[in-house]
Amino acid sequence: MNNPVIETRGISKDYEMGTIVVHALKNVDLSIDKGEFVAIMGPSGSGKSTFMNVIGCLDRPTSGTYFLDGREVSKIRDDDLALLRNKFIGFVFQTFNLLPRATALHNVELPMVYAGARDRSGPAKAALERVGLSQRMDHRPNEMSGGQQQRVAIARALVNEPVLLLADEPTGNLDSHTTEEILALFQELNDEGKTIVIVTHEEDVAGHCKRIVRFRDGEIVGDESVQNRVVARRA
Amino acid sequence: MTLLDSLSSAASSLASNKLRSILTTLGVIIGVASVIAMVGIAEGTKKQSLERLEALGSNLISVMPQRRWNVAPGETPKTLQMEDVELIRRSVPTVMAVTGEVREGVTVKYGSLNERSQVTGGLPEIQQIRNVKLKEGRFFTEDENEQIAKVCVLGFDIYDRLFGDGTSALGAIVRIEGQDFEVIGIASFKGGGGFMNPDDMIYAPINTVINRIERDESLSSISVQAMNSDVMPYTLAEVQKTLASVRTDAGGEELFRAFNQGELIETAEEQSRILSLLLAGVASVSLLVGGIGIMNIMLVSVTERTKEIGLRKALGATQDALLSQFLLESIMLCLLGGVVGVLLGIGSVTFVAGLMGVPPVIVPGGVVIAFGFAALVGIFFGFYPAYLAARMEPIEALRSE
Repeated sequence: MNNPVIETRGISKDYEMGTIVVHALKNVDLSIDKGEFVAIMGPSGSGKSTFMNVIGCLDRPTSGTYFLDGREVSKIRDDDLALLRNKFIGFVFQTFNLLPRATALHNVELPMVYAGARDRSGPAKAALERVGLSQRMDHRPNEMSGGQQQRVAIARALVNEPVLLLADEPTGNLDSHTTEEILALFQELNDEGKTIVIVTHEEDVAGHCKRIVRFRDGEIVGDESVQNRVVARRA
Repeated sequence: MTLLDSLSSAASSLASNKLRSILTTLGVIIGVASVIAMVGIAEGTKKQSLERLEALGSNLISVMPQRRWNVAPGETPKTLQMEDVELIRRSVPTVMAVTGEVREGVTVKYGSLNERSQVTGGLPEIQQIRNVKLKEGRFFTEDENEQIAKVCVLGFDIYDRLFGDGTSALGAIVRIEGQDFEVIGIASFKGGGGFMNPDDMIYAPINTVINRIERDESLSSISVQAMNSDVMPYTLAEVQKTLASVRTDAGGEELFRAFNQGELIETAEEQSRILSLLLAGVASVSLLVGGIGIMNIMLVSVTERTKEIGLRKALGATQDALLSQFLLESIMLCLLGGVVGVLLGIGSVTFVAGLMGVPPVIVPGGVVIAFGFAALVGIFFGFYPAYLAARMEPIEALRSE
């Protein structure tokens, strides 16, 4: 029961760009335990996005092993990866990625559609209430602010009760006030026990997390606990 | 992901782009509609041919005078005579009935009305041979033929034109080419139509027509009815042989032509069947083109929605789920086109058949085939775009803008 949520052993990822082989990840070992709140940082090309794709089960490593919640997932089939993502991982994207024609409620229900759940509106409503959007369930994305849209996306990430919330630059498209709101929401969720990994290049965002892992040239070059952690102002 | 989820997802995606969906479907609509229309009109034509065959009489052999190159145009060669009718009756054992026929376009007057029609002179047997059913009155007799009696039986159309107000025509005197004829019978409606429309025919004794109207003893034709369809080839050969012995000119050429009426119609029918197959082929091609249109638009749709596909994959959509989602969209487009096309096809069969004077026939098999073909087109042309969507790499798809 005390498995780490994420455990990578010697993960490498190579890309072939024409005749050149790019080593995007080199022998990365990382372990993230349940309840952690980790920022993955690094300049572009550092391998942090590749790493996020691997731990998000969107991509497979060239070599090495990856255990997600104790299961080895580095070599499984595409469709099984889809099921893993559906069950264990909640994604939050920089550009929200909501279905533009669907209401907030329907957007949140989407992962449950792929999970084959029968009662969908109950958990979806609960998730929207959890992110403070119980008044906006019937609104479409274009009727909501960026912050509200990202809350819908977070509700969508939560609805299948995954072991891991994986956010890729979740505040990259938000103003500083809304950024604070979203980070406050992440901190609340972490306080409730959710394991959260945020990929960011902003030190300010990383300062709200508990641990920072720094990438450079496909390797981990820093792994530290956050001192003087910033507590976001609640809206 | 349940089928219902896929269906509602496909429906909402199509509804969000209504104009595009409608335009895309148009190809299938036109394809399905034209298949149904073509098959329906072809069937109607076939049905009409059969009705005409019935109207002409069954097991019928027609003998026509053969036009010769050295005869002045418009003049009927003096070949077939009444004695030939007697010869056939005596010599060919499988003949059930035979009559000479003299046809002449005539003007018919009744009261103030003046109508063009055609008079056919024949023996009383012509009633059986030409399958003339009487609505009222009686047919003329052999005695009346002998006596050159001026009696006639009106076809339904000419009766209707002269006595349209519903008054009984029996006993009335009509003037045919200046001669007074008594109406003794009225034929029932046959509905054959076309050339030599039996409904626009006036039947009279052949001797009367020869002596009082035509004033020429040459026959327009001889109609022979065989005992049954099995002896038709034999009867035709015997009629041919019998007449050849008396109606061959000095150069050895026959002055007549005998043929099976049914075969003539079958030939015409075969031609119209080939034509309708051709038309159905063209219609199928338009259905195929419609399918290509659907494939085109589905490819555009998949490209446009790459990011959505990436998102759905990230959220746990399997390849099958995406395949069925996009496949269902194209199938729905095609079935929608199929439904509208079937309705439009049925409408146009009715409309075009009306214009052509052909009975409208909706062939259930044709409707089912056209509809099924539309669904197949949806699956066939929808599969490749759906397959592309299903096979996309989630990271690549998410990264696209």
